[in-house]
Amino acid sequence: MTGWLSVLVHGTLLGGLYALFAIGLSLIFGIMRLVNLAHGDLIVLAAFVILAVMTSFGVDVLSALLISLPIMFVIGFALQYVILNQTLGRDILPPLLVTFGFSIIIQNGLQEAFSADSQRLAAGAIETASIQLGGGIAVGVMPLLTLLTAIGVIFALNALFYWAPLGRAFRATSDDPLTAQLMGIDNRRIFAIAMGIAMIVTAIAAFYLGIRANFDPSIGPARLIYAFEAVIIGGLGSLWGTLLGGIILGVAQTIGAHINPEWQILAGHVAFLIILILRPRGLFPRAFD
Amino acid sequence: MSLLETRDLTAHYRDLQALFGVNTRLEQGDTLAIIGANGAGKSTFLRSITGLLRGAPWSIVFDGEPIGHLSAAEIMKRGIALVPEGRRLFPSLTVEENLLVGGYGRTGSGHWNISTIYSLFPKLRERRHQASTTLSGGEQQMVAIGRALMSNPRVLLCDEISLGLAPIIIRDIYQALPKIKETGTSVVIVEQDIQQAMKVADRLYCFQKGRISLAGSPAAFSRDEIHHAYFGTQK
Amino acid sequence: MSEPRYRIQTATDATYFLALAGIGLVVILVLLPFFAGRGLVQDLIFVFYMLALAQLWNLLAGYAGLVSVGQQAFVGLGGYMLFAFTVYGGIDPLLAIILAGVVAFLLAFPTALVVFRLRGAYFAIGTWVVAEVYRLVFAQVKPLGGGTGTSLPVGVTNGVFGIDLLREVFGLRTALARDMVMYWTALALAVGTILVVYFLLRSRRGLGLSAIRDSEVAAESVGVDSFRTKLWVYGLTAGITGMVGALIYLQTARISPDAGFSVLQWTAYVIFIVVIGGIGTIEGPIVGVLVFYLLQSYLADFGTWYLILLGALAIAVMLFAPKGIWGFVSARFNLVLFPLQRRLVKIDGKKPEESA
Repeated sequence: MTGWLSVLVHGTLLGGLYALFAIGLSLIFGIMRLVNLAHGDLIVLAAFVILAVMTSFGVDVLSALLISLPIMFVIGFALQYVILNQTLGRDILPPLLVTFGFSIIIQNGLQEAFSADSQRLAAGAIETASIQLGGGIAVGVMPLLTLLTAIGVIFALNALFYWAPLGRAFRATSDDPLTAQLMGIDNRRIFAIAMGIAMIVTAIAAFYLGIRANFDPSIGPARLIYAFEAVIIGGLGSLWGTLLGGIILGVAQTIGAHINPEWQILAGHVAFLIILILRPRGLFPRAFD
Repeated sequence: MSLLETRDLTAHYRDLQALFGVNTRLEQGDTLAIIGANGAGKSTFLRSITGLLRGAPWSIVFDGEPIGHLSAAEIMKRGIALVPEGRRLFPSLTVEENLLVGGYGRTGSGHWNISTIYSLFPKLRERRHQASTTLSGGEQQMVAIGRALMSNPRVLLCDEISLGLAPIIIRDIYQALPKIKETGTSVVIVEQDIQQAMKVADRLYCFQKGRISLAGSPAAFSRDEIHHAYFGTQK
Repeated sequence: MSEPRYRIQTATDATYFLALAGIGLVVILVLLPFFAGRGLVQDLIFVFYMLALAQLWNLLAGYAGLVSVGQQAFVGLGGYMLFAFTVYGGIDPLLAIILAGVVAFLLAFPTALVVFRLRGAYFAIGTWVVAEVYRLVFAQVKPLGGGTGTSLPVGVTNGVFGIDLLREVFGLRTALARDMVMYWTALALAVGTILVVYFLLRSRRGLGLSAIRDSEVAAESVGVDSFRTKLWVYGLTAGITGMVGALIYLQTARISPDAGFSVLQWTAYVIFIVVIGGIGTIEGPIVGVLVFYLLQSYLADFGTWYLILLGALAIAVMLFAPKGIWGFVSARFNLVLFPLQRRLVKIDGKKPEESA
């Protein structure tokens, strides 16, 4: 019995990481109906930014993250303001193809800058520290922190959305971009700020990714797929849904891995497909889309 | 000098021309009524002023400054607010949040804030935390007007605020107009209800097929003249 | 005065000219292997199959509005089916290509059942996920090489129908004969795909497709069954893509899950070709594949920089010239090679007015 309980617990913690991957994607789609095919590669980019800050300034990984947060905000803001804003409109092709192009550029640019070697963010002893949860189950401190951070990020974002003027502006723009302009909301700036915030969450996700596992320039697309699956399983428009979607994905993958390590990723895809067939709008879709 | 003027204003939707050289003026403190049949160009006129349609800089002059080329957000910040046709409240926002977002770009210095809006429209205070979509048509119109007022605009543009509402509700809403004027806001109302428009207007413009067919004080025109200007029928 | 009668005309004066020129070009291409070097023949095989893939992706995305980032699922599937049919079924490779196409066509339907539940960009990623599933599943199939892949035995690659004939009739070496058969098969696939796409778009179903692309709701309101139309186009595209995949891997003679289901080779490059050339036209991918071939020939050695350049080019084209090279040329010089616009023409014996 502890075998399966342990699987559930570890799957849930893995889900926290997937939720962090997915939150940025969910945010951007919610506010500007943009699906960024380079999202996974931006996670990897953030990981390399943290790594570069660590090596250039000789700081520990947490300080590197804090320094990287504004850097990633600026990257996201600029990307949206200068380029992605020009692609928004009725046609779905331009944002898709432009972000796909960016995906290729980022992957290869990172390879040029950092080589294709696997990297890791060194965090010291905490990487392998674990906590006893009782019932004979031990969990890593980092995975636990990952899940707690995901929950914290969602609380913070919801607070922004529901209590802050900027959050009201986001929701208004998401509802009706034209009328939002009449409120003095400059769509282009709002979208850029939203992308900047998404990049901050992405940097946090990269922090946990890089400490937990090896990363290299090519792993972006797989992260995009996990993020996407988490968003779809959870249902469009709900950040808590995205968290749940991540957890379900994490659990499915962990169950698959438990049966046969080669089946981990496939199990996740299968779970995603089953939910897609049975509940195409996800488990907790918002009323309108 | 007029507060707001349009000078030879034209507007196009792709290849279709909707306004053909429209000249109007709004004096400080006045109420302007715009009447005309569907498709005459009234909404296009308002969209041009608010910046949703952009044109030549000097085609619209506000307080002596050219604004025809500015974006909607920029124009709103200067003190021109629109109550859009069909209300267009934000479905994800509550009544109070809709009002608050009206002040996002500009709060202005003036009489209007959340409490004074609730004083103007007491029904809204009861419903402040409800989703805006659960309100009746009349209440939604009040929210839309309140939302526009939150920026303490110098010019309030009202696009067909009586559309789809029962006469008694329309009367209630129009009763708010004098209080709005008291605070120094100049008002432009676009109306299909000619009688209502003429009751409140200091000055009247009639649109017909993208052009002004009548301009002046409402008292100066006979019913026939207005009918003719509205429909373009031959006598 | 009697009512004027009308008919629908798609061809322009230039069309008949160009059709003749096209036939001439195909004849030249058919005869080419007899007097060209092996290098060129092999390069052209690559050009032909990329062109076929590009036409098919363009049909899906540019006409049906289905932007798929997962067509590699059918390329790999076709390749693996070819291996299965030839190695385990003992079937002649050319026949196996056709069978592989049939399998891909059939599997497209359950695939569509899943991915059609998604729209727009989410549909795109959904197709990518499905392709990943195909990849992971085939990596588990040990008889076909599992995760590391497998090669075609020489008996199969040399046993393609026509090779022996060529050797006897023309006294060619086996390797050259094999190249020639592959070349003609690839050419047939490329030309065939273009013709299929062209005549599909000229048909009633094709008109429905264009309507769907412009506005699905409006199309449905005039009776276009958008779901069925998209489903059939998706299936048809998958089937031919499967055939192309089978050809590719017959030519390459070695397959692995990562290669067969490669996003870069079978989607990124294809998208690049269509976007640069001109999406939503039949001429576009032809232009695109030529540009791509040139870039690939001269710059592929630059590895990552080459890919960065491709990505940047695609972005630049999408932002500044969304209709691609052909779109620009065609608008500027009013040129149409594959006329698809339907013109309403009065039947009164006079020449119809040229209207855009």
